[in-house]
Amino acid sequence: MRKPVEQIEEATILFAGDSGDGSQTIGTQMTETTALIGNDVATLPDYPAEIQAPAGSLAGVSGFQLHFSSEQIHTPGDLCDVLVAMNPAALKVHLNKLKSNGILIVNIDNFARRNLRLAGYESDPITDGTLTKYQVFPVELTQLTRKALETTALTVREIDRCKNFFALGMILWLYNRPMEYTMKWIKVKYAKRPQYIEPNILALRAGNIYCEATEQFASSYDVKPADFDPGTYRNIEGNMATVLGLVAASHQSGLPLVYGSYPITPASDILHGLAQYRNFGVVTMQMEDEIAAVGVAIGAAFSGALGVTGSSGPGLALKSEAINLAMIAELPLVVCNIQRAGPSTGMPTKTEQSDLLQMFYGRNGESPVPIIASSRPHDCFETIYEACRIAVKYRTPVIFLSDLYIGLGAEPWKIPQLSELPEIRPDFAVSADTNNGFEPYLRDPETLARPWAKPGTAGLEHRIGGLEKSDVTGDVSYDAENHQRMVEIRAEKVARIADELPPTEVFGAQEGDLLLLGWGGTYGAIRTTAENYIASELPIAHVHLRHLNPFPKDLGDTLQRFKKILIPELNSGQLLQLIRSTYLIDAIGFNKVQGQPFHVFELESKIDEILKEIGHA
Amino acid sequence: MRRKRTSGIPAGAPTLSKKDFESDQDVRWCPGCGDYSILAQTQRIMPELGIPKENIVFISGIGCSSRFPYYMNTYGFHTIHGRAPTIASGVKMANPDLSVWIITGDGDALSIGGNHFIHLMRRNFDVNVLLFNNRIYGLTKGQYSPTSEQGKLTKSTPLGSVDPPFNPISLALASGATFVARSLDRDASHLRTIIKSAFEHKGTSFIEIYQNCNVFNDKTFIQYTEKDTKADNTVVLEHGDSLVFGTEHDKGIRLNGFQPEVVETTNGEYSTDDLIVHDQYAEDTTLANFLARMSDTPDMPHPIGIFRSVRHPCYEDAMTNQVRTARERMGDGDLEALLNDGETWTVS
Repeated sequence: MRKPVEQIEEATILFAGDSGDGSQTIGTQMTETTALIGNDVATLPDYPAEIQAPAGSLAGVSGFQLHFSSEQIHTPGDLCDVLVAMNPAALKVHLNKLKSNGILIVNIDNFARRNLRLAGYESDPITDGTLTKYQVFPVELTQLTRKALETTALTVREIDRCKNFFALGMILWLYNRPMEYTMKWIKVKYAKRPQYIEPNILALRAGNIYCEATEQFASSYDVKPADFDPGTYRNIEGNMATVLGLVAASHQSGLPLVYGSYPITPASDILHGLAQYRNFGVVTMQMEDEIAAVGVAIGAAFSGALGVTGSSGPGLALKSEAINLAMIAELPLVVCNIQRAGPSTGMPTKTEQSDLLQMFYGRNGESPVPIIASSRPHDCFETIYEACRIAVKYRTPVIFLSDLYIGLGAEPWKIPQLSELPEIRPDFAVSADTNNGFEPYLRDPETLARPWAKPGTAGLEHRIGGLEKSDVTGDVSYDAENHQRMVEIRAEKVARIADELPPTEVFGAQEGDLLLLGWGGTYGAIRTTAENYIASELPIAHVHLRHLNPFPKDLGDTLQRFKKILIPELNSGQLLQLIRSTYLIDAIGFNKVQGQPFHVFELESKIDEILKEIGHA
Repeated sequence: MRRKRTSGIPAGAPTLSKKDFESDQDVRWCPGCGDYSILAQTQRIMPELGIPKENIVFISGIGCSSRFPYYMNTYGFHTIHGRAPTIASGVKMANPDLSVWIITGDGDALSIGGNHFIHLMRRNFDVNVLLFNNRIYGLTKGQYSPTSEQGKLTKSTPLGSVDPPFNPISLALASGATFVARSLDRDASHLRTIIKSAFEHKGTSFIEIYQNCNVFNDKTFIQYTEKDTKADNTVVLEHGDSLVFGTEHDKGIRLNGFQPEVVETTNGEYSTDDLIVHDQYAEDTTLANFLARMSDTPDMPHPIGIFRSVRHPCYEDAMTNQVRTARERMGDGDLEALLNDGETWTVS
């Protein structure tokens, strides 16, 4: 008999285990299935820097959190309804993320004394009272998987590697999700090693049947599809959206894409993704270092291609001299920075948004470059496309900021129509327009962009480089006044981009007591928080900046309409500094530098404090 | 066998002269600098290459030599210190039809750009590298360089440099370079011949040019470049010829075990038959390595000419081939299909 199904609005699940336990795999599969049946979903993978730290150790715990809902959601959730802990270390690391009375599924086969000791448990938390405020479901996950797969030809070791699908089978049952999408995925994934297809499917089914047959769970849950705008959707990770945005910009502009890169977490997936699209003319060059990676992109741009490079903070530090070259040579270049926790090597697998000032100021001399930031996984598509558009139109390097949280996070994406994509026009110079021959620094009077003349074009032979150039002619110049003029022109060129930016979108009250001003990957937490207050009719608003350099023209006026400006950032107050110095506004910072995203409750407690100060009860 | 380039000049196009390759910029090297000669020989040979000048790109890093592109009336890019190989690789990849020339020095190529130098050789882009070796940092006014002899007294090493130098030819060979040669700023016709051979070679062509810095390291190569000493201190490499040298052509190089040695060919003990016969097309680099090490050995003549010239696949061709194959197999990229790839769902 089918057990009762309870309707709920949303749920948050966290899968955790050793980094080799496959938590990322089943987390991703649960996400796919959940998105496909129409829920809104947001994810947070959290994994260690070591590929496989010692088994059972705290350092080796890999987690995958997903939040899904019948409403629009923006974050992977603060606390979890369900925690699946494959071993004591996973329990130890993640127990504080489980709600009181939350469902805790543990693989008790991994709770032997040795595992407990590795996790730092003196006694068994399952029996010693540690877990009394949770609904604990001890499952012999390893033994049950072995039993279910005993007729297969796999070794015990191989069978044990299927147990993540047993766990997924349980969770699919618990939330009334179909198994078919995962089965389909398993068949594709193991197409070249078919001996693993049937066992993994068996494990998945066994987990599902186990829940149906046993008395473990009194009921299962159902989360109805969310209300989405009409359109075709797919689930997408931020880095994949960046890949597709780059391919789209290349395709729409007619410029072949040359992507130079050097592997680095969390940007490598962009290199992996683009390498699949040779049939789009995409050339990926894995170079000897970060400098060579940006060098080939600049060279490709000089040759008339769409030159792109991508990395994370440490790589950006190495690329800065070359970005400056592209700046003074005024060549289109797109630089992706998928930020991670710094400084130096920092915490490579943790998120942060602490490279903003580095991107603004981390080059010698006065070196203005446009900077734009993506706010959500799916937003990476539009934002990187915009980066390419600006780079080509204004002949300038553009820095595209993303971060680990949105780069690896996933959510549904409404696939755009090609006709909605803005035009990108290379407008190569084809002939010398003046009596003096070709003048490589004779600018477009409106955008101040200089002509882009690619080698191979007869009559336009010219020389560029890192030495200061004479206005108009592009000859090397040490003239004092010319240098000041060129510095000013380069700044003015970037500033003029603001002329074409749309007005700032203010969510919530258009004026009032408190404006939450954010940028980048904090969008979800800030928007969710803002929605909560706006629902209680408090005069609060949220502005999230995509364009950080230049700022939108109306930003100053917008800020003036609010009594208080709160800038939450995953750094020590970088946008805060820029806003305070640009607009002479006494903005307040709310800062977290822990390698983890904001929780909504953290923002709420800060906001409550401010509201109290300004007289709201 | 040796493949010669076909001309890219359309039939009936006007013949170019040296003057067509001179830019309108004043050349600003110190009077007497060896760079003038290299510039002049390059400008003289360019019309003979048979390609339109708009298809030629000169790319440099930083240093005295790296001002070179400003003086060539072709496309040019004066980039940043040590990075010219990376930018040149991007230029060539994005448009393999271009003739790409990298101008560099001993500091630019072997110190700050050492990493890019070896990887450029390994990838074998079809580009040409002219390394102006003057064994000194000129632009920064006279510090020792990675090719300066050990013990070099300079402003930065008043007690003598302590590190031994690189041998650029050995380094290029070890990095898998497919064309490796040496020439001299003072030998105009040899330099032109070598530059032309480098152009004709398909793959990365590396030329080390002994170049005199008359301000900071004058006469460092004088025994190899001046009329009265040159014949006894250099040996000219010609494919298929024995390694004979000396004013009277009476000396040669033979292999004694694993050691090249200078022998007299007229005193009856050895004849020219005992000498090394140069084979620049040998796939194996053993001989080229022997020859390269001669310039590290006191009292041995320095070989001038082409050490190695072999045909290997080029990076840009292999990559272009991947693009072509992918298009043949999967068809030209369909953006709409790509965006809609994988599992999708529709909300109406």
